[in-house]
Amino acid sequence: MIPGQFVYHRPASIAEAVAVLAAHGDEARPLSGGHSLIPMMKLRMATPEHLVDLAGISELKGISQQGQTIVIGAMTTQADLIKSDLLASALPIIRETSLQIADPQIRTKGTIGGNVANGDPGNDMPGLMQCLGATYHLSGASGERTVAARDFYQGAYFTSLDVGEILTSISIPVPPAGHGYAYEKLKRKIGDYATAATAVILTMADGKVATCSIALTNVSSTPLFAEEAAQLCLGTSLDAATLKAAGEAAKSISDPAADGRGTAEYRREMAGVVTARALAKAASRAMKGA
Amino acid sequence: MTTVSMTVNGKTVSADVEDRTLLVSFLRETLGLTGTHVGCDTSQCGACVVHIDGRAVKSCTTLAVQAAGTAVTTIEGLSSGGELHPVQAAFRDNHGLQCGFCTPGMIMTSVDIINRHGAHLDEATVRHELEGNICRCTGYHNIVKSVLDAAGRMTTSAAAE
Repeated sequence: MIPGQFVYHRPASIAEAVAVLAAHGDEARPLSGGHSLIPMMKLRMATPEHLVDLAGISELKGISQQGQTIVIGAMTTQADLIKSDLLASALPIIRETSLQIADPQIRTKGTIGGNVANGDPGNDMPGLMQCLGATYHLSGASGERTVAARDFYQGAYFTSLDVGEILTSISIPVPPAGHGYAYEKLKRKIGDYATAATAVILTMADGKVATCSIALTNVSSTPLFAEEAAQLCLGTSLDAATLKAAGEAAKSISDPAADGRGTAEYRREMAGVVTARALAKAASRAMKGA
Repeated sequence: MTTVSMTVNGKTVSADVEDRTLLVSFLRETLGLTGTHVGCDTSQCGACVVHIDGRAVKSCTTLAVQAAGTAVTTIEGLSSGGELHPVQAAFRDNHGLQCGFCTPGMIMTSVDIINRHGAHLDEATVRHELEGNICRCTGYHNIVKSVLDAAGRMTTSAAAE
């Protein structure tokens, strides 16, 4: 299969990209790594008349630390995330998550910006960004603005991005040194989206959970920030009863579709299972001073 | 239509193509380099793997226009002077192929793996790194053996130089 007809644009700056997108309105789509959009175009599930490739915009690439914030350019690939020494020490959950996305060749092309902006509930980074309390930086014809990852997702493939707007970078507050983390993804095979997945970041003090953040992937039409499940963990040693209660809280907000990965009931159950596993792994890493 | 220029296997090529032309179609149909295969056509099987600027990518999910200005290497570009590339030789010697359909993609991926990991390559790493390539014949054992054998040959010859 080949995609339908379109006109390819390759702007060299954010301003130029925004101008091209504004000129063509909803007939244009930005292209980042292309490993979601091009397959959809081959299947005629997406038929943009103008494709605006962001690969030529150097200001969209790179990972940097600014005080207690890590800033990642939208066109930074998953392969770049995996090999970043800065992320490996400050935000190791990003490497752990990236390694569970698709396969090595796709990670060479796939970008963090494309992954979070596409609005596909199967993507892994949106849930992780909600867990981390990340902020998305958007740029459009009417200027720049920021939206919290926890407020960005409105439905499957439906986000706060306006027509003609692009996501330019993501800023992430650095969790405290010695925090525990885990991204637990249940999937049928390499390259598959999650049957259910959970991201956890927590800190422990005197054997008890001091702070905790949890988000879920692919068990609803959007990623889910599991605030109640995280609250239940605070002040506990994450004993079996707490893990079960947190899993139940995660299940209670899940609303997965029945699909090839299983029935809705099974996938909701798995949301509880991966949540308990992620909490246990994160706590164990925090206790070891991971 | 866009005029696309890139380096393919060391030669500069240029052609007018439709913007929607996939890189794999450009290689196979415009340039006649049919060693790169189309398997699943959905970026899962890895039969279409080529290198863009030295890194393995799936050419069935890459537009030719996206590769403009880059250096592309295909399976046809690996051997030199009639000598098989060490990875090709290792696949032959270790029975790393049966029907051969997946082999060009397997070999292009393997060259990238060895270039990135060098002498530190172990079996577990090879198996993880081959996750984007599917073979329906061999059961993978001989492919993994081939990659480890080739890694040994390439790091030995690099050390000798």
